[in-house]
Amino acid sequence: MLRELALHILDIAENSLNAGATLVTIEVIEDARADRLTLRVADNGRGMDAELARRVADPFTTTRTTRRVGLGLPFLKQAAEQCNGSLAIDSAQGVGTTITATFQYSHIDRMPLGDLSGTILSLAVGYPQADFVFRREIGDKRLEIDTRPIKAELGSVALSEPSVIKFLKEMLE
Amino acid sequence: MPVKSLDDLKKIKEQALAKRAIRNASARAHITVAMGTCGIAAGARDTMKAILDAIEKDDIAGVLVTQTGCIGLCEFEPIVDVQIGDAKVTYGKVTPERARAIVAEHVGGGKPIKEWMIVR
Repeated sequence: MLRELALHILDIAENSLNAGATLVTIEVIEDARADRLTLRVADNGRGMDAELARRVADPFTTTRTTRRVGLGLPFLKQAAEQCNGSLAIDSAQGVGTTITATFQYSHIDRMPLGDLSGTILSLAVGYPQADFVFRREIGDKRLEIDTRPIKAELGSVALSEPSVIKFLKEMLE
Repeated sequence: MPVKSLDDLKKIKEQALAKRAIRNASARAHITVAMGTCGIAAGARDTMKAILDAIEKDDIAGVLVTQTGCIGLCEFEPIVDVQIGDAKVTYGKVTPERARAIVAEHVGGGKPIKEWMIVR
């Protein structure tokens, strides 16, 4: 249904923001040597009790009130497991939730990462009330983007101003 | 992040503030993109990107762009709201092409595009 891992990351982060998160940390770790791809979305939202955390990868569990079926996490779980990986949900009420999906990096059925910078740009601009840390590792290379110092510098100037959009896009390239 | 980028931001901020001073604050537009699982599956992220691209390319200052979750009209996704003053319009099936046109004609030009509105 979602054909890029970057879209799954967006979907998980949306859940984080709906849970009232003010800080969402997104990590994408490509480790070709260990043949492992790890995606992690950690938030400081309201968290889930043990019972909901257990049921959350079931398609008939959803937090939305407009429909009773939620397909985001179940599809990601299935995609990870098909690629010799797994989906882990670590959540504590009042503390936050961390979702970790792992994949065999070279698996033929592994979904492409897709447009990660589009996902990060969309989140950073679309949720001005929250902050984001984006960490990407490819082998020994690391990239980290944190919206907090950017917003501190901009003050009352919104991330959706034309020149700021250009700045963010260049930074994410 | 390199220090140079934060220096760049200082300049960007000063220019944006100078522009704001000469603009009419009452015309401020707010665009909302629905980004529930249904919206994402229908292409809402690329719609969002097209909106940001159009704002950047057409240099339209003073527009707030935010995201929201599923609003229960999944069959019309991607859904985009445009609010200018008290007037709010909901658009359905907003492809990146439609998004660019909506930014140019409605947000930039003040003329809503009737044929893409969702009539409830």
